[in-house]
Amino acid sequence: MKVEQISVFLENKPGGLEHVTRVLADADINIRALSLADTSDFGILRLILNDIDSAEKALQGEGFTVRRSHVVAVEIPDRPGGMHSISKILAGQDINVEYAYAFVERSGENAIIIFRFDDIDRGIEVLLENGLTVLPGDKVYRL
Amino acid sequence: MIFNEEFETLPREALEALQLKRLQQVVQRVYHTVGFYKRAFDEAGVAPDDIRTLHDIRRLPFTVKQDLRDNYPFGLFTVPMSNIVRLHASSGTTGKPTVVGYTRRDIEIWSNLMARSFVAAGLTSNDVIHNAYGYGLFTGGLGAHYGAERLGASVIPMSGGSTKKQILILQDFGPTAICCTPSYALYLAEQGEEMGVDMRSLRLRVGILGAEPWSERMRQEIEDRLGIKALDIYGLSEIIGPGVAIECAEGRDGLHVFEDHFIVETINPVTGENVPYGEAGELVFTSLTKEAFPLIRYRTRDLSRLMEEPCKCGRTHIRMARVSGRSDDMLIIRGVNVFPSQIESVLLGIEGLEPHYQLIVDREGTLDTLEIQVEMSEDLFSDEIKTLQNIERRITKDVKDYLGVTAKVKLVGAKSLGRSEGKAQRVVDRREL
Repeated sequence: MKVEQISVFLENKPGGLEHVTRVLADADINIRALSLADTSDFGILRLILNDIDSAEKALQGEGFTVRRSHVVAVEIPDRPGGMHSISKILAGQDINVEYAYAFVERSGENAIIIFRFDDIDRGIEVLLENGLTVLPGDKVYRL
Repeated sequence: MIFNEEFETLPREALEALQLKRLQQVVQRVYHTVGFYKRAFDEAGVAPDDIRTLHDIRRLPFTVKQDLRDNYPFGLFTVPMSNIVRLHASSGTTGKPTVVGYTRRDIEIWSNLMARSFVAAGLTSNDVIHNAYGYGLFTGGLGAHYGAERLGASVIPMSGGSTKKQILILQDFGPTAICCTPSYALYLAEQGEEMGVDMRSLRLRVGILGAEPWSERMRQEIEDRLGIKALDIYGLSEIIGPGVAIECAEGRDGLHVFEDHFIVETINPVTGENVPYGEAGELVFTSLTKEAFPLIRYRTRDLSRLMEEPCKCGRTHIRMARVSGRSDDMLIIRGVNVFPSQIESVLLGIEGLEPHYQLIVDREGTLDTLEIQVEMSEDLFSDEIKTLQNIERRITKDVKDYLGVTAKVKLVGAKSLGRSEGKAQRVVDRREL
């Protein structure tokens, strides 16, 4: 039920993103989801890929500082109110969301939201208890 | 165990009386035999007879590295070359090397001081000493060598380099002590481990390491990986070579300066004023017994502090704290004296931080600014922005608390600050003064 995500440290200067994406392209790695968080000094690029192991090797080989972490992917119907219903459930159970990002599925029917929880196991438990669809990693990597 | 028990445990009053007598003698000698000192004393308005108490030493002018360069090669010798039995030179980071000379008696003294150092570190004549300090013009190799022979220990004159051979010798000859720089000790540990050698199972039990500043953390690592007790030895060729001060095995807290042969002072590097015991300052040495090349109040540019509390080992000679950095690296930021080495200490005090940093000093309008760029590492990297921001804030806070300067912190990519073979370029000063 957990999805593996890779985070890459990016110094705040031009070319960082170009370098990372070039490395991934050269290694023939397909990005499934991406989020770039920033501060004034640095950024953290978070990626869900089809082959995290190769990506980690390739990026480390190029001198990038990377870290793997676990996030949760929730699938909901793509219509207004979807995000709110999830947030309501999480807030009700005191589940703290560190960050989140989302994208719409190709099929057009569903949206997928990636969550990073303070307490991932509890987060998954609450989502499942409330009948939400939590996608396993394999499914997300192959989207 | 103490090598020269009588002198090393001389009661303070007797020690200071001895120092005064020797100081008066050396001051007379340099004034009458070295043109440079005669001029320097005359300019400072002080005559040899003015030295009546130890405190009067403060009336004497300082000697600095440039004075040695200006009198290159033999201008500060007090005896003719026919009395010199040994010449050494230090590499010097810029320009000409610094040349030092020794009479037969000076070599005796030096050997004695090194023997004292080995015994303070816990060695006896039964020890086998692996000497990996460089032999040649550098004072480390021969200094340690003569000291070992004076002690009666068995010395292996390895010198530097040929690491694989060194490791073979460490296994086959089974030395019980090693002399080398701390970074070489770590390098040997690394190479040995790579060769599949169990470095901890060697017969080595003591390391007498010096010639460069090293941290407590580095000491821990060396002791763990080699299974030895690692002690700090201090010296500089201008004063005599290694053997000016040694950390005792019992105390492991500061290095005893051999005060019957040297007077040590600590000064504020900017004002030249003496600082009290316990306060950080630049080390200044006066040689009391050397014949060929005595120096009066030589500024070493090494930062330390003097510890006057008695040591549990019984030696009455004052201790100096391990050298914490160089005074010539000093920056003045908004009127505050800042040493890059101090910032390094702060960074090392924070869990997970690599000591790869750079200080960018600039000026915005009329105010100096300081930016500390710190390299990211796997250990440090968190997926959460707030964690990284907390680290930035922590560094800023610690620097403010310990040094009194407000610095901006910037986390930069791993290895982006470059690596060099020798000393790292820690400071980029963009101010045009």
